[in-house]
Amino acid sequence: MCRGVVKINRVIQTDELTHKYSLGTPFESTAVDGLSFSVEKGEFIGIIGHTGSGKSTLIQHLNGLLKPTDGYVIINGRDIWSKKVNIKEIRFEVGLVFQYSEHQLFEETVFKDIAFGPKNMGLSQEEIEQRVLDAACAMGIDESWLSRSPFDLSGGEKRRVALAGVISMRPTVLILDEPAAGLDPQGRKTVLSKISQYHKSSGITVLLISHSMDDIVKYADKVLVMENGKLHSFETIEKVFSHSHNLEKIGLDLPQTTKIAMRLKEKGLDLGDGLYTVSKLAQKFLERIGKV
Amino acid sequence: MNLKDITIGQFFPGDSIVHRMDGRFKLVLSFLFIIILFTADNFRALFIPCAFILMAYTACEISYVFIFKNMRPIMPILIFTGIINLFFVGGNEVLWDLGFVQIYLEGVRTCVFVIIRIVALITGMSIVTYTTSPITLTDSIESLLSPLKKLNFPAHELAMMMTIALRFIPTLVEETDKIMSAQKARGASLDTGGIAKRAKALIPVLIPLFISAFKRASELATAMECRCYRGGEGRTKMRQLKSSKIDYLVSVLMLCTLGMVILVNIA
Repeated sequence: MCRGVVKINRVIQTDELTHKYSLGTPFESTAVDGLSFSVEKGEFIGIIGHTGSGKSTLIQHLNGLLKPTDGYVIINGRDIWSKKVNIKEIRFEVGLVFQYSEHQLFEETVFKDIAFGPKNMGLSQEEIEQRVLDAACAMGIDESWLSRSPFDLSGGEKRRVALAGVISMRPTVLILDEPAAGLDPQGRKTVLSKISQYHKSSGITVLLISHSMDDIVKYADKVLVMENGKLHSFETIEKVFSHSHNLEKIGLDLPQTTKIAMRLKEKGLDLGDGLYTVSKLAQKFLERIGKV
Repeated sequence: MNLKDITIGQFFPGDSIVHRMDGRFKLVLSFLFIIILFTADNFRALFIPCAFILMAYTACEISYVFIFKNMRPIMPILIFTGIINLFFVGGNEVLWDLGFVQIYLEGVRTCVFVIIRIVALITGMSIVTYTTSPITLTDSIESLLSPLKKLNFPAHELAMMMTIALRFIPTLVEETDKIMSAQKARGASLDTGGIAKRAKALIPVLIPLFISAFKRASELATAMECRCYRGGEGRTKMRQLKSSKIDYLVSVLMLCTLGMVILVNIA
């Protein structure tokens, strides 16, 4: 995998992060339970887990939208809830894109909407303009769109404008909650490949929540698996999908390629574990066919 | 901002006598209660409806704590009316002379009287919403207004509108929460600054909220039309409203209370 930055550098670190909703009422429930993990600069992390496993609660802690009931969140070496830290600055450092992010669009023109974040940062007019153009370019937004109303665009285009609205703040970490949900296959592909390209060209750290294992294996280096608010595992792609039975046990899907490999194994053709990309599977398959 | 803390208008499911009463009776009797409350013109007479409220809360099996919880959102109204009465009601006996304004004994008396009356009004009316589900409530309103249908009054449509509005309150609250988080993630500050700054900061929240509300409304309309919804004509109901002995007994009790208040007023 292509990594922009080689230097080992922790961007995100959590320590025994716990969040309880409705604390002190009969409805109290633990959404995130004692999570400790760290992410290094430039990594592309996939976050997977069943609905209600605490993924969305977790990511809202990483830019200070939620305050942990217990534990610490350390971003770029700073405890974000210590008194010295301005939480707004953390939100510019860690860009968070919510599910169905096109619902956040509100301005008259695409340009103004993308400029909302940089404007809140108090930047100069030229700087804002430069950032908007860069972000639009990174998300494949044509310059002719910038003067149009965001509500005239298609679903996939709106989604990319919303993404540009976060990228324009030039965060060091980009967190995406199912950025491709509800889009057609073409839209999915465009959004995800633009994110991947931006990751490679800028060396930004990306955390991506997705229910599609195929997308995860295609783009991520490491996978964080959550189950019932707890950290199930946090390993490289190879390792996670080599013990695929564990994933099925907690109700998660497998990449299509892994499924094919498993079916072949059932039929008596064992190609080995950890096959998650099409090319790898095809290569192994051809090797075996050639030998047989 | 914590929208979940407001208890006025909330429904607490239960199976008390008051819960089982006919919604129509509860509505009509709550109007009777207002009449009783405003008939009482001295402290002794006002004591009777207040005692009635305590009795009703006991019968509903609802904690008295809610009487105080209700007070919080109406505090500004209470303080405002209290101050107006305190300073502007004239009389004979001056209690304090502040130079520019005098406070009279009558002023203090009216102030306390009006505050008790407003609190009794809110807590008394809350009993209806506490013990009646929103659906029963709108059904009852429809049933009470149905005689007006002859005058082309859209009773059913009105009730349907209320049901839909009530149904979507939690959805909209959730949606507002989500949009607020999304804009905060882009550095919007929604809870700092003066009134003008805060009002301006609400635009990025309100516009997406309106857009999704309109979209949802048009989708709902299409969905209703797909299921051949054509208004109230010839429509039957799964839950029929039924009146029972309790309803008539409570009505008699309320009328007795009114009689007592009138008697105490005269005496």
